[in-house]
Amino acid sequence: MSHHRLEADGIRYDYPDGTPALRGATFRAGHGESLALVGANGAGKSTLLLVLAGLVAPSAGVATVGDLPVTPATMEHVRRTVGFVFQDADDQLFMPTVLEDVAFGPLNLGLAPEEAKSRALQALQSVGAEPLASRAPYRLSGGEKRLAAIAGVLAMGPDILLLDEPSAGLDPRARRRLIELLRAFDHTRLIATHDLDLVLDCCARVLVMHEGTIVADGEPRAIFADAALLDRCHLEPPLSFSA
Amino acid sequence: MGRLEAALRDLRLADTLAARDTPVSRLDPRAKVLVTAAFLVAVASFNRYALSALAPFALYPLWLAVAGRVPAGWLARKLAIAAPFAAMVAIANPILDTAPMLRLADVTVSAGWVSFASILARVGLTIAAALAVAAGTGMHALAAALAALGVPRIFTGQLLFLWRYAFVLGGEASRMQAARTLRGGRGSPALAVYGPLAGHLLLRAFERGERIHRAMRARGYDGEIRTLRELRWQVRDTVFVLGWCAYFALARFVDLPLALGRAITGAP
Repeated sequence: MSHHRLEADGIRYDYPDGTPALRGATFRAGHGESLALVGANGAGKSTLLLVLAGLVAPSAGVATVGDLPVTPATMEHVRRTVGFVFQDADDQLFMPTVLEDVAFGPLNLGLAPEEAKSRALQALQSVGAEPLASRAPYRLSGGEKRLAAIAGVLAMGPDILLLDEPSAGLDPRARRRLIELLRAFDHTRLIATHDLDLVLDCCARVLVMHEGTIVADGEPRAIFADAALLDRCHLEPPLSFSA
Repeated sequence: MGRLEAALRDLRLADTLAARDTPVSRLDPRAKVLVTAAFLVAVASFNRYALSALAPFALYPLWLAVAGRVPAGWLARKLAIAAPFAAMVAIANPILDTAPMLRLADVTVSAGWVSFASILARVGLTIAAALAVAAGTGMHALAAALAALGVPRIFTGQLLFLWRYAFVLGGEASRMQAARTLRGGRGSPALAVYGPLAGHLLLRAFERGERIHRAMRARGYDGEIRTLRELRWQVRDTVFVLGWCAYFALARFVDLPLALGRAITGAP
């Protein structure tokens, strides 16, 4: 199946003030692959995710989602295919109850309220958060908010998931639960993270970003064993790896 | 917790209150919007010296607050915020309109003071009703009702964004305040510091707003906020609308306190 494909080809992006954020990022991910995107702060990870989701237009280069390039004309297809879990769940959750928030995406896809509701409940169940359905999002803990935000994205039935720092701010148990969840998905996944232990647990492949380009692409253990590469990219080997 | 954060939590309480199951929250939000609109029109339509005739109208906000189990303290705090504005609007009346109007015991009350009191009473009534309705309905249901009653979506959308971003902006402000206090800033900042603070707040809120907008777009937001709630008009909604409107009409055209006084004293 080629429709879960995710590609970036020579993507460049400059901030409005002219500072380059991406300088020709290129990679290819096939169906069902789980990729990590690692790199220092400001390496361009978040911007690359935004370009792939069609939320930011690149200055040059082409992002491909499924079989179609990401352009304003294919935005409908991109919205249905790509699910984006944002770094700060508070940015995402805004309806009065978790269930209504999770149903926001399906309703926007044009589903009838009944169907949107059943999809939302299903999505909440798949992340083990159905007891939260009638709670107000702003009263949830950080881990619960993350689960609700992920459910909100899953409810849209995406083939590809982009996750920006999914484990940031989670306590150890919530983080462990997230890792189990990420491992269980069969979506094509691209996870931008500083949590290299999470990478070892969840990803078969790592992309290392440095100054707006992808400088290394390979199997996590091989990448994390390359001390010179890690040092150059302001990274450190994961704790479980060095022990 | 800073004062600002406490105030935000207090405001947020409206959503929490609306989520409970009460006789008020069970009503169709359209019915509540219609009755409240009729209430506002009726209260506003009295002549400017009306005072005792307004008293029967207190029944509606009172019923909303009691049946909707809205905490009296919460309602009072919100009213206290509005009171200075009302007083400011009305304060010119006692100065400009000095004709004597009433005698209470040995004190002569001028027409200006009567209209001043009338304005305060109306502000109190209308704001109490609006707050109690909001607390018994929730902002999202209110917006849905307004949209269903024909208010353009651009306005109802604005209402929801105002509600959403008030907390975003307030949250940013309260974090900045905490950061300032922790580094020894006491009291209110010097006037010269307000500029940079406000600028910072604006930039932060912009960034946050942009992230929120992106997150909404990523989930297919196209300018319309859709919800699962379906509005269902039931018999009790019809009863609610007709009952209150009849009461407002009666209280508007018959001076109930006066009629009551006459019935008790037997005066003609």
